[in-house]
Amino acid sequence: MSADPSDGTRTAPRAEPRAERAEPPAERAEPPAERAEPRADREPQSEQPEYWVETVEPRAERTERTERAEPRVERTEPRAERTTVLPEHPIDGNLIGADTDRDDEAQGQGEGREPRSETGPAAEDDPPGAGARTASMAILPVARTRPDDRGPDTARRSDVDEWGRSEHMRSIVRRLYDPVYKYWFRVEWDGLEKIPLHGGALLICNHAGAIPSDAPAIMHGIEEELGRPVYGMADYFFRTIPVVGTMWSRTGGVPAHPDNAYRLLHDQQQLALVFPEGTKATSKTYSDRYRLRRFGRGGFVEIAMRAGVPIVPIACVGAEESMPILFRVNSLARALKLPYFPITVNSLLMGPIGYVTYFPVKMKFRVLDPIYFDVEPGQERYSRSRVMDEAENIRATLQDSIHDMLRERRSVWFG
Amino acid sequence: MGRRVLITGLDTFWGGRMAQALESEPEVEMILGLGADEPKVPLERTEFVRSDQKYSILSRIVRATQVDTIVHTFLETNSVNVPTRALHEINVIGTLNLLAAAGSAGSSVRQVVVKSSTHIYGSAETDPAWFREEDQRTSPVRTRVERSLIEVESLVRDFTEDNPHLVVSVLRFANVLGTDIVTPVSYNLRHKLLPCIAGYDPLVQFIEEDDVVRALEYVTSHQIPGVYNVAGAGKLPWSEVCSISSGHLFPLPPIKPRAFVAPLRRIGAVQFPPEMEGLVRYGRGVDTSRLIQAGFEYRYTSAGAVESFARANNLRRATGSGEPAYRYEQDVEQFFRHSPAVVRGIDA
Repeated sequence: MSADPSDGTRTAPRAEPRAERAEPPAERAEPPAERAEPRADREPQSEQPEYWVETVEPRAERTERTERAEPRVERTEPRAERTTVLPEHPIDGNLIGADTDRDDEAQGQGEGREPRSETGPAAEDDPPGAGARTASMAILPVARTRPDDRGPDTARRSDVDEWGRSEHMRSIVRRLYDPVYKYWFRVEWDGLEKIPLHGGALLICNHAGAIPSDAPAIMHGIEEELGRPVYGMADYFFRTIPVVGTMWSRTGGVPAHPDNAYRLLHDQQQLALVFPEGTKATSKTYSDRYRLRRFGRGGFVEIAMRAGVPIVPIACVGAEESMPILFRVNSLARALKLPYFPITVNSLLMGPIGYVTYFPVKMKFRVLDPIYFDVEPGQERYSRSRVMDEAENIRATLQDSIHDMLRERRSVWFG
Repeated sequence: MGRRVLITGLDTFWGGRMAQALESEPEVEMILGLGADEPKVPLERTEFVRSDQKYSILSRIVRATQVDTIVHTFLETNSVNVPTRALHEINVIGTLNLLAAAGSAGSSVRQVVVKSSTHIYGSAETDPAWFREEDQRTSPVRTRVERSLIEVESLVRDFTEDNPHLVVSVLRFANVLGTDIVTPVSYNLRHKLLPCIAGYDPLVQFIEEDDVVRALEYVTSHQIPGVYNVAGAGKLPWSEVCSISSGHLFPLPPIKPRAFVAPLRRIGAVQFPPEMEGLVRYGRGVDTSRLIQAGFEYRYTSAGAVESFARANNLRRATGSGEPAYRYEQDVEQFFRHSPAVVRGIDA
């Protein structure tokens, strides 16, 4: 595993990270029309963006590579042209220290809400990790060394990070879920290279299935293929369920609070997965399949604007048929304090087991072009009309490509 | 001229610790401590005044001593210690009188430091992962400790608005663990049994007791106004708190956990106050960047605070006693301080 070729590419640029610091701001400052360019650069191995190291550097140093490298190599055949050029991208660090000193420093330049707007431009122009470090030094009156700057928090016994995600738990779940992903849903990705390898990005996807089957598949797929952790933002409701709530949190679930999203995307430059339709989508009946619901109040657009990160829409086909809802029993939902109580086809065929068993549908994902916003990040408010327009555009694009994918689909089961 | 500091609750853990810390600062000229009981820690030069817990005589004391700083450490954040009525009297009425004394016409007071708690944010599933100082709690107030602290902070807020020339600092501390302090968490861990709610393993923060005192001292000596969250860096799961302190988790049913644990509470096997129920279900996180930006340096992370407690606890277990070598006795101290028989200038 240590012989992994990409290890070399990772260490090489880190030797002179200072020299490259000037580049990323220039690229990021470009107008949105030319945004596609840096992504194209990323493709060939030799052109590995030097600055991506900085984004992950604090984690990379402290991350112990687990056995994850091997399964990924095996899986390269079908997508060889894609996966082989990928660097060994470290999964989220084990140590809470790694997270906290990063985000505290990032906070250093955009503390709280009010000063965000003042320091917004600086935050945009600098590469996430490095910029925060230098900027905070310049702004802070006192040079400081904090205990967690000196190294990992030695008192910790587990690798649960500040969001509750544990890479150890995640790797166990990945191993268990992998057969489901590969042989049950036979997941296929299209345009995976459009998901940024570094820096924050807000992934959004259409949502479906009484107990949605799309979120675990997306998180699993991106973590396996790109080696980046994905934080799945979901309704608070999950948190209230014993055991399930804890497991959800350990495997990368985060309550969908705007502050949480901003912190993940801006301060920590992570990937966050959001379903803008919310439970309106998962509770819809089979007759409404593949019809996107309202995209909330456009909050996801506002968060992406404020955090200065792109939105990457993902169209999903298959999840709708994996656990279709025939009708909902509202009185039962009220009595059980659930958001909705679905009667699914699965449950009619299999009884209670049907609530934990999906149909073996063919699941396909298509990643659409990332959307960059040419607005100044870090503002408290954005034009409501602009936010709603953008949300509506994204919704229309997503709906179109879902229809496209459905046109091409011949069979629910075989794709 | 040096500073003249008044500390409330000198007989409590924090009052005593704070007085000890200020005694070592040369710029503090005079330290006056109020308390219902005699102080329990050795003090060199702190004057002790016995008063009731409501501080009804405070305005006369302030006028007579011309103190310029009041450090209000005597806010009860643990409902195990005091009955309901007393909690209200201590927290709300005590603060009311204190602020009245500090804000009276011609008052000499220039700074008021209040030791509050992150309990005021509550714990609910709708919470953000990190509360900032200006964030509101997302859930209704359920426990009396939280209610009284919220009332105290609103009194302080009004006081700050009415007295813009004063430096008012409010520090909200996360749950404290450390070598000496006894809180419901440390009480349970000392008895090796830490209650949790079955199926929940929330993320929590802790602050080491030394960092509490250092933070109070920092805002006092640097005269930093404002509201600040104070908690160690990072968060850790409740189960990890237990494993670091080599205790055992004691799972309670998710429904009515307090009723279930009531018999054990009665015999003193565990402490499980109502304000702990939300914490062990949903946890709590506060953003501490504001205090760090103000220049404060933490010595301990959240996990470090737990470890500090665990190490002290190991020692206590090994030696069979947690008592300090010297029990502070007021009479002896008075003798040292005032008797002509004591030769001054020699280390006693």
